[in-house]
Amino acid sequence: MPYYLDFEKPIEDIENKIRGLKDSSGEEARGKELRQLEKKAKDTIERIYLNLTPWQKSQIARHPERPYTLDYINLILKDFVEFHGDRRFGDDPSIVGGIGLLDDKSVMVIGHQKGRGTKERIYRNFGQPHPEGYRKALRLMKLAERFKIPVITFIDTPGAYPGIGAEERGQAEAIATNLMEMSLLKTPIVSIVIGEGGSGGALALSVADRLCMLEHSTYSVISPEGCAAILWKKSGGLSVDDFSMAANSLKLTAQDLKSFGIIDDIIPEPLGGAHRDPELTAERIKEYIKTTLEHLMKKDVTGLVEDRYRKLRGIGAFKEIS
Amino acid sequence: MEWFKKKKETNSEKKVKIPEGLWVKCDNCKEIIYKKEIENNLKVCPKCEYHFRIVARERINQLVDEGSFREIDSNLVTTDPLKFEDTKPYKIRIQENIKAHQINDAFIYGTASIYKRQVVIGVMDFSFMGGSMGSVVGEKIARAAELSLKERLPLVTVSASGGARMQEGMFSLMQMAKVSASVARLKEAGILYISILADPTFGGVTASFAMLGDVIIAEPKSLIGFAGPRVIEQTIKQQLPPDFQRAEFLLEHGMIDMIVERKLLKETIYKIIQYLMPLQSPY
Ligand SMILES: [Zn+2]
Repeated sequence: MPYYLDFEKPIEDIENKIRGLKDSSGEEARGKELRQLEKKAKDTIERIYLNLTPWQKSQIARHPERPYTLDYINLILKDFVEFHGDRRFGDDPSIVGGIGLLDDKSVMVIGHQKGRGTKERIYRNFGQPHPEGYRKALRLMKLAERFKIPVITFIDTPGAYPGIGAEERGQAEAIATNLMEMSLLKTPIVSIVIGEGGSGGALALSVADRLCMLEHSTYSVISPEGCAAILWKKSGGLSVDDFSMAANSLKLTAQDLKSFGIIDDIIPEPLGGAHRDPELTAERIKEYIKTTLEHLMKKDVTGLVEDRYRKLRGIGAFKEIS
Repeated sequence: MEWFKKKKETNSEKKVKIPEGLWVKCDNCKEIIYKKEIENNLKVCPKCEYHFRIVARERINQLVDEGSFREIDSNLVTTDPLKFEDTKPYKIRIQENIKAHQINDAFIYGTASIYKRQVVIGVMDFSFMGGSMGSVVGEKIARAAELSLKERLPLVTVSASGGARMQEGMFSLMQMAKVSASVARLKEAGILYISILADPTFGGVTASFAMLGDVIIAEPKSLIGFAGPRVIEQTIKQQLPPDFQRAEFLLEHGMIDMIVERKLLKETIYKIIQYLMPLQSPY
């Protein structure tokens, strides 16, 4: 049984009927009804997915069946050789990285990794990296730089892990160093937000020449829940309405961020979200990476790094007053 | 990264603005102390050495030669790109802060001299919305770094911040990348960057320029970290060890170069600049 979000209830009802029909009556009788229901399901998905609120998008971005970094790696790359460890302290499974072939060209792919199922979720620490994850990522980026291989990053994390060990081993320093080093990296970086772009922990992998987002992914300075908790401290606890309001205020959707010029592109998702057709989503991501790299690999390295700086340098909303 | 801020913001009001009257109760040792005595002691408690939080202008006065500070870009203000509104509109909140603190955002910078040595100095102001970093703070830090680069002057920053400013959303988050990229260029050009961490420094500020100093100095007992202590406590559901995220804890874990008392800060900065980036190479 697929997993349905609250607001997908109408879709669930229809698809349940479809499943019931497929299991029961004879071939002939069900044909017409099935087609009608499938049409209805499609219309319902369309109606819901063309009018998603920011809070609904936040939920889709974290959908438990949404494809994760390793899913896309397996769908996009011909072969993948994973590398491990930061050579300092450990290996962080909430960030994966390695090389593989994009058609016939080598790429370094690094991304946050969430787990599916309780055991793997815990193993991946729910996609919340420790400093070792960021340091491994940087090590692999430097490796790519040395061998003139482009870097692709997939962003999908609730945020960097807030824990004692993470603080002791310099979570802030690890993130800061990635921001600094990525701004200087002498090879193209393309970042794609595939799910949840959670604050500094997401940013630490997404200082890039091209930053793009899947249609229903989100990227935010703080989660809607965190924002609501700060803003509307209530004695009785917070409700979905509070989260909705916070999600609206934060302007965390791909569409908002594209309008601000903070991201470069949006990759459209299949109808009903990436989880309803991971293959098609992967195909579109692959096309995007190929087109983008074709352009970026032609640039001379000095110009590339300078343009990356200019791009970051231009982000800000301020004015002079007299 | 922001949970920490709200609570401390209210605290800071109390700490920064020592209440009216001749006598003050120290936040740390609870001793009643003659106010003048604290003020004459760089806002450090003479009984327990507790370093009270100070506003940006006061910090600059303590660190640079008298009358040498030339402020730059003091007239930058946010344009409220998200039209953010919580219990009150962000626009109004900004107006109120400007009025209350006589400063247009949470960071001021300019050129100054430290024992006659020219530097670019930038200081965060925790009293202005918890020292949070939005577009204006980010832009000023980037400009300060660019001025350092252009004039080949050492850069000194003093941080005190709850992190990225929520009310400017992704604009704030991207400032982390912007300022990190700006200070990165100093490293390539061989220009010294000294980062001083004051109480408290957290979130997007620690995770960007504040931890990128060639030399990192903290004031005694300052709280410094990535995630706020309450967020960590809620996540791990354990009590935090004593002195967790204090300057002393960071020193022990190799995250900072030294802890320096306020009264020694100016000469320490001067010494480091003179030794690492002398005006004329002794070699
Ligand atoms: Zn005291």
